[in-house]
Amino acid sequence: MSLAALLVLADGRFPAGGHAHSGGAEAACKAGRIHDAATLEDFCRGRLHTAGLTAAGLAAAAALGLDPAGLDAAADARTPSPALRTAGRRLGRQLLRAARATWPSPELDALAAAFPRGAHQPVVLGLTARSAGLGPDGAAQVAAYESVGGPATATVRLLGLDPFEASGVLARLAPDLDAVAARAVAAALRARTDGTDALPAASSPLLEIAAEVHADWPVRLFAS
Amino acid sequence: MTGAAPAPAPAAGLRATARIRAAADGRGGTALPLLAGEGPLALRRTRATRPEAGVVLVGAMSAPLGGDHLTVEAVAGPGAHLALGSAAATLALPGRGGEPARYDVSLTLEEGASVRWLPEPLVSVRGSDLRVRTRVRLAPTARLLLREEQVLGRSGEAPGLLRSRLGVTRDGRPLLDQELACGPGAPGGWDGPAGLAGHRALGQLLVVDPAFAGAPPAAAVLGEFAAVTPLAGPAVLVTALAPDALRLRELLDSARATYGW
Repeated sequence: MSLAALLVLADGRFPAGGHAHSGGAEAACKAGRIHDAATLEDFCRGRLHTAGLTAAGLAAAAALGLDPAGLDAAADARTPSPALRTAGRRLGRQLLRAARATWPSPELDALAAAFPRGAHQPVVLGLTARSAGLGPDGAAQVAAYESVGGPATATVRLLGLDPFEASGVLARLAPDLDAVAARAVAAALRARTDGTDALPAASSPLLEIAAEVHADWPVRLFAS
Repeated sequence: MTGAAPAPAPAAGLRATARIRAAADGRGGTALPLLAGEGPLALRRTRATRPEAGVVLVGAMSAPLGGDHLTVEAVAGPGAHLALGSAAATLALPGRGGEPARYDVSLTLEEGASVRWLPEPLVSVRGSDLRVRTRVRLAPTARLLLREEQVLGRSGEAPGLLRSRLGVTRDGRPLLDQELACGPGAPGGWDGPAGLAGHRALGQLLVVDPAFAGAPPAAAVLGEFAAVTPLAGPAVLVTALAPDALRLRELLDSARATYGW
């Protein structure tokens, strides 16, 4: 695995549109559930072990070369909230544009042809990692990191939280991030023989509910 | 069975399976050619309104204890209509060996069948460790109404560890797949701002109906802690968090009146 390719893909400046999404942090800040570094950390840990683990499993499976259409259907089933399904496909479409320009490959072209309205972001992420020469572990690490990096960055903007504190939160999550990525890869390896049922389906009811509440707001800073 | 062991075997839990088969009787009703309870999973036929047959799970629900493995398997054959419920709440209790208990529910709905699976709440008692696995397989023309209610601890009590996965396929394709883990020993953040945020009851109401393919229900929020979400197939899921079981039931009952039958 190329560490440099991993850094390029995980870089917040990689033009994949993620900065427009808060990963549920905007709704949680407005409701007062995130109000400082400690509550941000608790939020990120909860999101990592639910939505983050599920995304990492899908990304790792895509990086292993499992059928993207099957993985996309598995992502739909793991995302009850239509607001989150829409956000996931929009992010997938934006990532695919950036990925095809950065690491062109026939697999990415085929994915774009099969999903003109966008495939779910973790599926695109896994195939992007594959095109960049990264394995399932790289794909899972990036997916897990994105599941907490987005909310941490958004909270700096939403609450004016000290960026040093936000970085400290992410650093303290490192052991959890590694553990989640390892679980995701193990599940993806099982999914090669047992199908997508073997992938994690960890979910957070509150994140799904809050995404629908957030989508109802007339004015918001972040798309999700 | 494990009951034949000569000495008390604390690690060996009880295994019991209840099996139900519903079949259209050809006269506009539903017959129950198979109704076989076992151990703590006793089955009773209830009065039901045609074309539905009614079955209720009864029994001294001192189960599942740690180490137990309970299974409910129901099949609704072509055109059969089954209402399945439970007489009382299920209490997940600690076992002597500290090993987890398992509760598996498998529902199979063939062409034109309908099933209403409306059990009473599952209460996760302090010190317990339960894994629930619910699998539903639907034919394309089948209809499903399913309710799940999970309560963390009896009144004022800390919960046990509860891991629950609900997987629904329709025509062999995944429609809903969700896994929840909460209580001591669950991955971090389960009770935090991206978890239950202090709520002690959570529930889901799932309605799958081919009629939704033409006119799916719109997404909606029911206050700050409940939402109606149309799925990527002809189905709608209502998800709710509540302070207690009573408030949860009120929310899900009103959703059922709107979307279910």
